Amino acid sequence: MHQLLQQIFSGLAAGAVYASLALALVMIYRATDLVNFAQGEMAMFSTYIAWTLVNAGLPFWAAFVLTLVASFLGGMTIERIIIRPVENAPVLVTVVVTIGLLLIFNALAGWIFTYTLQEFPSPFPDRPLFGALMTTRDLGVIGVTLVMLLLLFAFFRFTATGLAMRAAAQNPESARLCGIPVGRMLAIGWGLAAAIGATAGIMVAPVLFLDPNMMGGVLLYAFTGALLGGITSPVGAVVGGLIVGVTENLVGTYLIASQLKLTVALALIILVLVFRPNGLFGTAIVRRV
Amino acid sequence: MAPILELRAVKAFYGQSEVLHGIDVAVEDGGMSVLLGANGAGKTTTLRAISGMVRSEGEIHFAGQRLERRSTEAIAGLGVAHVPEGRGTMTGLTVEENLRLGAYTRAGRPDAGMARMYDYFPILGQRRRQQAGALSGGEQQMLAIARALMMSPRLLILDEPSFGLAPRIVEDIFAIVERIRREQHVAVLLVEQNATLALELADQAYLLETGYVVMSGPAKTLADDPQIRRSYLGY
Repeated sequence: MHQLLQQIFSGLAAGAVYASLALALVMIYRATDLVNFAQGEMAMFSTYIAWTLVNAGLPFWAAFVLTLVASFLGGMTIERIIIRPVENAPVLVTVVVTIGLLLIFNALAGWIFTYTLQEFPSPFPDRPLFGALMTTRDLGVIGVTLVMLLLLFAFFRFTATGLAMRAAAQNPESARLCGIPVGRMLAIGWGLAAAIGATAGIMVAPVLFLDPNMMGGVLLYAFTGALLGGITSPVGAVVGGLIVGVTENLVGTYLIASQLKLTVALALIILVLVFRPNGLFGTAIVRRV
Repeated sequence: MAPILELRAVKAFYGQSEVLHGIDVAVEDGGMSVLLGANGAGKTTTLRAISGMVRSEGEIHFAGQRLERRSTEAIAGLGVAHVPEGRGTMTGLTVEENLRLGAYTRAGRPDAGMARMYDYFPILGQRRRQQAGALSGGEQQMLAIARALMMSPRLLILDEPSFGLAPRIVEDIFAIVERIRREQHVAVLLVEQNATLALELADQAYLLETGYVVMSGPAKTLADDPQIRRSYLGY
């Protein structure tokens, strides 16, 4: 029983990271109808920025905040320069563009920072908590994710810009008629997604160690979480990510060798697509004509 | 009275094909003009040209500004509130959120404007926390008009507000539009299938056929025209 609870909590900590990245995927999918395969590599690159800042002697949280700001601006720039020209292109084109972006970031990171594994500092000490049920590090990761989710929720729910972004994602033409600059909203969306991804990268790096391929597996889990939640639902992405984290951990502990854990994600993707293509929170908006 | 909106020799294009062939349309400040015509005559295209949603040529004057080559959102920011065909409400957002969106271009809190809209449309006040998609067709049309009015526009563009609605609801909606036009001094440009009702309310009318204005003048004159009576009024 104790071990089970332990595994659930450490699964939740991993799941919080998947949930963040899944949320970033869903935000971009809702706003622009495209799946950003580069989301993980963008997060990895952001993590290298944080690592550089920490190595330059900045306190961890200062480096964290600076990295989020840099990632936000970077995400906006990518939308403006790379995504905007293919905005109305067929889906295959945008898929290729984001995969190209993935390769570019991966190669760029390898070129600048080399492929050597780097140790990444954790802001949280690794001490057991509640009779070794979980560690302070797990709790810290879950806490940071929760704070970020609450801030995002408040932003989308209570600010004019957040509301305008939701409108632009839902019905761009109507949003323009309300005077909302839809293009700028999309850019902000990419910026936010990049900042969320950066948080995920920074939270997971102390566990996985930093290298240019760090986010490959994480992205796959995040995809699974997003699909499980129903790809269009932000709440679903978060719940899906957490479920994937816990499932992966439990299956890896009790059923199969942990080297095979990644297949859990693939199996889940297939199960979701076969039995519940709309995911757990697939959009069922009430409509009347 | 000077017109608040004036189209001079406006052409509009879908891709390469010209669908409006140089039309002249005007709306007096605080007045109401109506565009009549069969489906495909170019009524909706005219409205979309004003809002910068189709490629156009010619001059579009609005309140001392030129609208051509401006973006749709910039035109909205100048005070043109366009309720498109099919209403354009955000069905996934609540009634209140839809109204807040309408106030996006206005500085300050939208509370006073919202209270005024709930006064004009009490049903929206009762349903303010519901998803717009759960409203009936008439209520959605009211919401679309209320959202447009949240912009404090000088010109309200309505594209077939009666579409798919019961006659009694259509009359209610037009009564409120008429009241708002007088109280808030908002000019209205209307596209409407219900020619009888439209010609009663409007002061200027334009008859479009295949991208040309084939007849125009005071609404009363058009309402008395034998050809219009036969083709559009049915008596």
